[in-house]
Amino acid sequence: MEGNGYDYQIVRGFTFSALFWLITGLVVGLWIALEMFNPALNLTPWLSFGRLRVVHTNGLGLGFGLAGIFAASYYMLQKLARTPLVFPGLAKVHLYLFNFIIALAALSLFAGMNTSKEYAELEWPLDIAVVIMWVIFAVNVFATLIRRQEKQMYVSLWYIIAMTVTIAVLYIVNNLEVPVNLFKSYPVYAGVNDANVQWWYGHNIVGFIFTVPILAMFYYFLPVSTGLPLFSHRLSIISFWSLIFAYLWTGAHHLMLTPLPEWIQTVGIAFSIFLIAPSWGSVVNGYYTLRGNWEQMRSNYLVKFFIVGITFYGLQTIQGPTQGLRTLTSFFHYTDWVIGHVHMGTMGWVTMTISAAFYYMIPKITGTGLYSIRLANVHFWLILVGQLIWTITMWVGGIQQGAMWKATDPDGSLTYNFLDSIASLYPYYKIRFAAGIVYFVGIILFAWNIFMTIRTSKNNP
Amino acid sequence: MDVYSKPVVFAVLSAIVILVGTVVTVFIPMLMPSTQPVSDYIKPYTAVELEGRDIYIRGGCNNCHTQTVRPLRTEVLRYGEYSKPEEFAYDRPFLWGSRRTGPDLNRVGGKYPDSWHYKHMADPQSVSGKSNMPPYAWMAQNRLDTRYSVRKTRILGYGYTEEEVVAQIADYRAKVTSPSYKSKRARNGVTPKELRDELTEMDAVIAYLQKLGRDVKKLEAGN
Repeated sequence: MEGNGYDYQIVRGFTFSALFWLITGLVVGLWIALEMFNPALNLTPWLSFGRLRVVHTNGLGLGFGLAGIFAASYYMLQKLARTPLVFPGLAKVHLYLFNFIIALAALSLFAGMNTSKEYAELEWPLDIAVVIMWVIFAVNVFATLIRRQEKQMYVSLWYIIAMTVTIAVLYIVNNLEVPVNLFKSYPVYAGVNDANVQWWYGHNIVGFIFTVPILAMFYYFLPVSTGLPLFSHRLSIISFWSLIFAYLWTGAHHLMLTPLPEWIQTVGIAFSIFLIAPSWGSVVNGYYTLRGNWEQMRSNYLVKFFIVGITFYGLQTIQGPTQGLRTLTSFFHYTDWVIGHVHMGTMGWVTMTISAAFYYMIPKITGTGLYSIRLANVHFWLILVGQLIWTITMWVGGIQQGAMWKATDPDGSLTYNFLDSIASLYPYYKIRFAAGIVYFVGIILFAWNIFMTIRTSKNNP
Repeated sequence: MDVYSKPVVFAVLSAIVILVGTVVTVFIPMLMPSTQPVSDYIKPYTAVELEGRDIYIRGGCNNCHTQTVRPLRTEVLRYGEYSKPEEFAYDRPFLWGSRRTGPDLNRVGGKYPDSWHYKHMADPQSVSGKSNMPPYAWMAQNRLDTRYSVRKTRILGYGYTEEEVVAQIADYRAKVTSPSYKSKRARNGVTPKELRDELTEMDAVIAYLQKLGRDVKKLEAGN
């Protein structure tokens, strides 16, 4: 402990929360992966795929993802502001409220209380709780920033501010709904407008949870764990503003060839292609930060998490805009290709960066070394191999299903019925499940390593 | 001005930057009636269809079934006429979905008789051997809850009076419990004895599925 009054309890609390929801979300993920080729596992209404899939996405996106972001944000905030959290008590309320919300969210989604809007499935009472929680977080962010000892705000803080502001706007606008009773509501938007609002939200909630704050971590933890200064401050400025400007225009690439007005779709495509530039601005900034020091990929176990992670981010941000083009979307959309795309980002970029952030922060907090660097290396390779097999399998399956949907006989009639196309995917689903197990083992090692680091530290208060 | 040392100014600036695309692509289209046109041919859901729709949402059916047919040759061949914006004027929420683990349902209304749906919903593999759809037999074991039907249709602005809602429910109940109901055998096959004279959740889901894409045929004929 550095004894400067920094609140590290909160960092630790959110770290544990993240690991708990990560493992829970992955168990649900493995179960639904099994259900995909073994429908008999849909044992009860609570365990049916349609409900569990939502528990999986919310558990990992909002449970694991947000907890990891809160842990790292509270850490970076204090370090970069060179000042302790202004309201540590409020942060504690934040921690308890967060876990309470995620637990209730899981239960209510199991019970079928959901609004159907992806990543905004929680019913209105929980929406209100989420907004309250977010305000509590924002109060600490801004109070600490205002009281900071460091004149300039470093890049990571810009990303944290942008996330704090944007998530609030997205969440409130997309969740405006009229309650029927405590457990049921209808959105204020209808049809095409509801779709447009939802995918503006859906795309950007991914952007401002799985990109913006993860970039904040990347920009902070890569330099501090390597001792190398960020390559270009100017490039980070350009990347930041163009990223957050362009992101909000692109939601419609999720709605290509639907009844959404065509001009909104076209604008969505154009800005998606543009987004490659700021995304790669961060990728290049990361690569060049290591210039002349690439031996750290071998000598510093953390570096490969960051560099491989940002590489997946780079691939993700090329694949995404490309598959949104009309010709390609007509082939790939609604297939498993997109599922593969999402999981490269989440299992690759997001998890690798959060893992490395935890590996850096926890030993700093406890004042000891990591429990086992060797275990961390095994963790790295397991999640890398697991994720690659997982996503490549889904891409191949997606191409196959897309091709089968489009196949016609010489007389112009369809070659395959729908059932043929889904039944042909079962072998891929089995490989996907096996890959998920490999990945899961890696995550268990990760959690164990963090847990043991804290347990063996002498400063455990 | 150095915004990088002023957190509040920075936050305000960020908010403005993210709102530009939001206003242009989301808020302005919302103010344009052409984004969500309304047609006289497309009727709102009846109270029973709406309850069925809510059960569809509760089951998370939208996680595997889309409800939007794209204007692509093979897609129109497979499902029928591509989706028109008018069809969704009463959809709150929209249920277009994002993944087709099962087929699109926007044109499923009238494609199969009710009897097919009763059998398929209760035990999908008995009808489509290779399917991975979960069984929903339990929906036939649940009495349909219509306590909120009046309130729901009022919130959604469907323009029904309370009497009309009650009549819609009674009519549909009379239809499926009538001895001359064509799918009587299939319905009795999945519905427990004590519920055969009542409306079940499965009755409502099937009513909803049979509504999908029906009105649009009138719209197309009318044009």
